[in-house]
Amino acid sequence: MRSEHVNTPGCFADPFDSEASLLSRCACGCGGAAGTHDAPIRKVPASGDREGLIARLVESAVTRALFGGHEPSRRVFMRAMGAGAAVALIGGMFPLEAAKALASEKIGTLEKKDVTIGFMPITCGTPIIMAHPMGFYARYGLTGAVVQKASGWAMIRDWAVSGQTDYAHMLAPMPIAMTLGLGSTRMPFVVPAIENVNGQAITLHIKHDKVKTAAQMKGFRFAVPFDYSMHNLLLRYFLAEGGVNPDTEVQIRVLPPPEMVANLKAGNLDGYLSPDPFNQRAVYEKVGFIFKLTRDLWEGHPCCSFAVSEKFAKEAPNAFRAVVHAIIDATLYSSDPANRKEIAVAIAPRNYLNQPVEVIEQVLTGEFPDGLGNTLSVPQRIDFDPFPWQSMAVWILTQLKRWGYIKEDVDYRKVAESVFLAGDCAAVMREMGKAPPDTGYRKHTIMGKEFNPAEPEAYLNSFSMRKT
Amino acid sequence: MNGRAIILSCSLGCLMLLLWHVATAGSELPTPSAVLKVAREFLRSPFYDAGPNDKGIGILAAYSIGRLAAGFGCASVCAVLLGVWLGRRPILFAALNPYIQILRAISPIAWMPLLLYSVKDSGITAFLVVFMASLWPTLANTAFGVANIKKDYLNVAAILQISPLKTLLRIILPAAGPTIVAGLKISMGSAWVAVIPAEALLGSMGLGYFVWNEWNNLSLTSVVFAILVIGIVGVIVDFLFSRLSRRLAYTD
Repeated sequence: MRSEHVNTPGCFADPFDSEASLLSRCACGCGGAAGTHDAPIRKVPASGDREGLIARLVESAVTRALFGGHEPSRRVFMRAMGAGAAVALIGGMFPLEAAKALASEKIGTLEKKDVTIGFMPITCGTPIIMAHPMGFYARYGLTGAVVQKASGWAMIRDWAVSGQTDYAHMLAPMPIAMTLGLGSTRMPFVVPAIENVNGQAITLHIKHDKVKTAAQMKGFRFAVPFDYSMHNLLLRYFLAEGGVNPDTEVQIRVLPPPEMVANLKAGNLDGYLSPDPFNQRAVYEKVGFIFKLTRDLWEGHPCCSFAVSEKFAKEAPNAFRAVVHAIIDATLYSSDPANRKEIAVAIAPRNYLNQPVEVIEQVLTGEFPDGLGNTLSVPQRIDFDPFPWQSMAVWILTQLKRWGYIKEDVDYRKVAESVFLAGDCAAVMREMGKAPPDTGYRKHTIMGKEFNPAEPEAYLNSFSMRKT
Repeated sequence: MNGRAIILSCSLGCLMLLLWHVATAGSELPTPSAVLKVAREFLRSPFYDAGPNDKGIGILAAYSIGRLAAGFGCASVCAVLLGVWLGRRPILFAALNPYIQILRAISPIAWMPLLLYSVKDSGITAFLVVFMASLWPTLANTAFGVANIKKDYLNVAAILQISPLKTLLRIILPAAGPTIVAGLKISMGSAWVAVIPAEALLGSMGLGYFVWNEWNNLSLTSVVFAILVIGIVGVIVDFLFSRLSRRLAYTD
């Protein structure tokens, strides 16, 4: 849904252009003019240009209203008048400037401008992190926003539960687990935006360069960053698909990512499925090679999320809206490959990731050495897409259940919909001129096997290798 | 130290540096010169502030020392008062002593999850960890010192009808002074040892944060530099405290 939606939705078309259409006619319902899916150039004011976006939105609305929504009349009028004269004329009749200003104020007075956001120094959190040095928080009025670095996911969890941070960068399964009270105090969390998709990898020790399949990994000692992580669930899924029981035939330990590289070096680990830059870092340190990118297991899988306790979101609704705007804006900005190099430079310093720019750039641009002497080019190695598919939450729940983290029955849809706020995210995306999907559910394909979110129990029962 | 000790000390230092160099040259481990280079960089501007996650080493050391001072200070006041009270009640002291010894044997870091869960604030938790680390040695020593004050002193005070406060300040504390100060010094040591891991585990600013932030970058050279800073700051703090305590000490 990312690449084909760089078209111009009707409401963002130039209303003073006699050729453009202000009506949504696209068959897919994205709001775009028909055929614009093929248009290679983005006509919407860049997502960075929020003022421009809103201004355009207001102009369109006013112009459309003026002609009673009758497109042919507007076009005839514009052709006859010329755009410049039309702007002046309509501007004279209607306080366009005031309307534009009003629209951009609609987030409301912020209850808190100095919000704190906990983050882990990994590339998954790129939008949350870069939003600070690149001014995305300030753009939405959060002038005192602070991003606070944590050394582990348990710390992120504790900060979030205790209210020491207002918002947090979390692994996608974490807010679900916390809402259910798994490995934490039971506390409802919500995810208004997913951060990254893809972007993880299975890294193996260089001595295993002949390993090609999961079956050859029996007896390996692996590490993952947290129990409630896509890393753990994907590694287990991958091993199980290859006939290796992740609970009995290999060891899976929880380790903070930087220690993974050191342990790989020391020979304490055979491999890990971890966030970047620590896969690329193992290559940089010449101790490991990238065995498999997680996008080859599940193209477009979610990884990290932006989470906040339901309580805080309700207590400070305007700040919540502002933060969500900033995050979605930053996520959309990060998704443009053209911006990646600039982002790598912004997040490399000690205050943020504290990593060599070179390594981060290799991760973000997808031009990287794999540790076996090849240089690969995988632009989709990591991508950024804010939309929190509720079907992904359902998948996470099935896997948590599969491996015994959830022992009782669970109402998949209810949990998925209460945690992953697909509707809120879609509304903000629409404001930013993006065309979000109109449903939170779709089918996913993981290692060639289809997952239908409508049948979670059947899906769960289709796995012969499972703990429960 | 006399002249010969200084010469010996310097040569031992050089020998250690040499061994360090020989052991690490050509390996991936940081050599003394690499650490020196990093140290020079960090010390060039020790008080810079480049955001909430990146501060100069001087600021970080100040955070750690502040944490130490707060935790140790509060714990010491509590421990001395409680110790005096217990020391005057031999039966109660004897009854409680086994528990004090058990509590003293617990690594202060072991309290961390429990504290964090109950107070829900990492700053206060770090303070309490340091507090726990410095409470028990002083408490045990104070109670022991007070319990062993010569009875004559207290009898004289009673005969002269000196007020309880005056008895405490003029007789009990000076008489038990050396034992209390010895307890305080042990507490100070264990408090400083607790500060660093507490900061690292809680993500609070300080030298402990510096260690894991550099570890995150797998920068062992910076980690070694941090180790040296922690040691040197510890020695300086201990030295200053010794100076202070010498004023408090009292001999028969």
